[in-house]
Amino acid sequence: MGLLSKKDAQLITDPLTDNNPVTIQVLGICSALAITAELEASLVMAISVLFVLSIGNVVISLMRNIIPSKIRIIVQLIVVAALVIVVDLVLKAFAYELSKTLSVFVGLIITNCIIMGRFEAFALANGPWKAFLDGIGNSLGYGVILIIVGFFRELLGSGTLFGIPVLGDPIAKTGLYSIGYENNGFIIMPPMALIVLGIIIWIQRSRNEALIEEH
Amino acid sequence: MGLKQNLHKLKEKYEGTKAAPAFNALHTFLYTPNDTTHNGTHIKAVDDLKRTMNTVILALIPLVIFGMFNAGYQHHLAFGDIQAVTGGFFSSEFWTLDNFMIGFWKILPLIIISYGVGLGVEFIFAIIKGHEVEEGYLVTGMLVPLIVPIDIPLWMLSVAVIFGVVIGKEVFGGTGMNILNPALTIRAFLFFAYPTWMSGDKVWVNGAVERSNEIIAGAKVDAISGETLLGTLAQGKEVVYSVWDMFYGFIPGSVGETSTLLILLGGLFLIFSKIGSWRIMLSATLGALAMGLIFNGIADAGWIAEGSKFYTLMSTTFWHHLLIGGFAFGVVYMATDPVTASQTNKGKWIYGFLIGFMSIMIRVFNPAYPEGVMLAILLMNVFAPTIDHYVVQGNVKKRLKRIKVKTT
Repeated sequence: MGLLSKKDAQLITDPLTDNNPVTIQVLGICSALAITAELEASLVMAISVLFVLSIGNVVISLMRNIIPSKIRIIVQLIVVAALVIVVDLVLKAFAYELSKTLSVFVGLIITNCIIMGRFEAFALANGPWKAFLDGIGNSLGYGVILIIVGFFRELLGSGTLFGIPVLGDPIAKTGLYSIGYENNGFIIMPPMALIVLGIIIWIQRSRNEALIEEH
Repeated sequence: MGLKQNLHKLKEKYEGTKAAPAFNALHTFLYTPNDTTHNGTHIKAVDDLKRTMNTVILALIPLVIFGMFNAGYQHHLAFGDIQAVTGGFFSSEFWTLDNFMIGFWKILPLIIISYGVGLGVEFIFAIIKGHEVEEGYLVTGMLVPLIVPIDIPLWMLSVAVIFGVVIGKEVFGGTGMNILNPALTIRAFLFFAYPTWMSGDKVWVNGAVERSNEIIAGAKVDAISGETLLGTLAQGKEVVYSVWDMFYGFIPGSVGETSTLLILLGGLFLIFSKIGSWRIMLSATLGALAMGLIFNGIADAGWIAEGSKFYTLMSTTFWHHLLIGGFAFGVVYMATDPVTASQTNKGKWIYGFLIGFMSIMIRVFNPAYPEGVMLAILLMNVFAPTIDHYVVQGNVKKRLKRIKVKTT
């Protein structure tokens, strides 16, 4: 036996593929559309959610037997809010420019359905170690999608990756731009994020028959 | 052994293989299939989807040819080689071989790319999914070159066509299932993705982009400006073209949408061959006139200051809106697309009227996106099923009431 039992490992690997919170459960779409125009923002968002969800899951799991079920949503909200404020302040202190790009969306992690969904569905019913792994798995699943979408949107929309030009200089017309290539202004807009996400879902479902719903 | 027999043999040879749909499509495109019924009680009609599409293409051919002449004419006019024609629609200075050839060599690649890429995508999808190749692209492929600026780079057109066919049509299930008009989806993609190539005063005249690049590189030549009328009006400038120029189509614009006269004839042809819906065309025109009159009224009543950025477009004589921009083309060839338009007769009136109404509204209030008709049609495409739903429900209610009256 390795570090994790088979069941525990599944908590991490399942949300990455067959039970992905974004592409299969279609949660957390709002932030996936809003901040994926740049890869860096996507990455920071993914890390923020990783922090909030894994710690939050553990906290909720520890308190699961003492929370009265009538007020559990409020308790969950307070936990998320506290963690989100920590993330927000850290970003403001160490990456001010980036926190301006992410603007309200860091604050809106509070309303990210993935987090409340995992609290409700998993942390309230499982022990802290499992809840921690579940939090890691789901936020990685969310982050992977964010980074894929962010990669394509930044590459095709701005010709850069992490702000570094990779296709040449559009103004001095070097690299690809010298043969007439131009950045696609549409892909920076939110509708194209939805379409890129849709294409990822399309590819995933066409490769895995089990995911296709009956209708 | 004619071509038909050869095609038939090819079809039989590939029967059951993955490429079967491709050969089948080639065969039925050119000839009636061999396996139609020959006796019995069936009524046979030749106007299948392919014939319908071909009729629309027929109605587009005059516009393609006019577009080629106009491309050369605008090129020479902008470069100062010739004077503006004054002798009416048939004046010989316009219909010269030189004009035609310039346009021909610019527009032919657009048509080839549009059909090549679009049909390529259709064939690939048909082979992967194992169904027949759908005919839907036949008309779209001809519409696309007509609604883009003449200087659009070919690779951009290819990207847009792939996007339009895949996202606009195939993901919904192919021809007949799409919500949005594919040709307009392609144009909208180009419009938002590469705005510098879809608006401004350079792209509408063949050679203007090259000339401005030469100037940037240091050549001492005059800049070429070939703005569309809508672009001119949106900036509050005077229009130099006469109303007859607008009607005949001797103005800069997308390749095939400038000649209102020929579009009118094409529209009549579509109405008489019962392919285009006269209800949509008429109601859209009425809608545009209504909105134009409202804006004229606002401008006349002095509710809007003359310095306002909307003033010039608002005070444009209301019926001029029908002649400038892509309005006529959009209404005749795009809004009437039987797949994306409303299906009910009452719905068609509402759908058409709102297209006309919104086109002019978007034109006036959004100078950044002067071509309102594209956005208006796409918007109403989305609402068409809703309109139909309420028309049908209204009908159901009316009939139920009638039953109740009878039974009581």
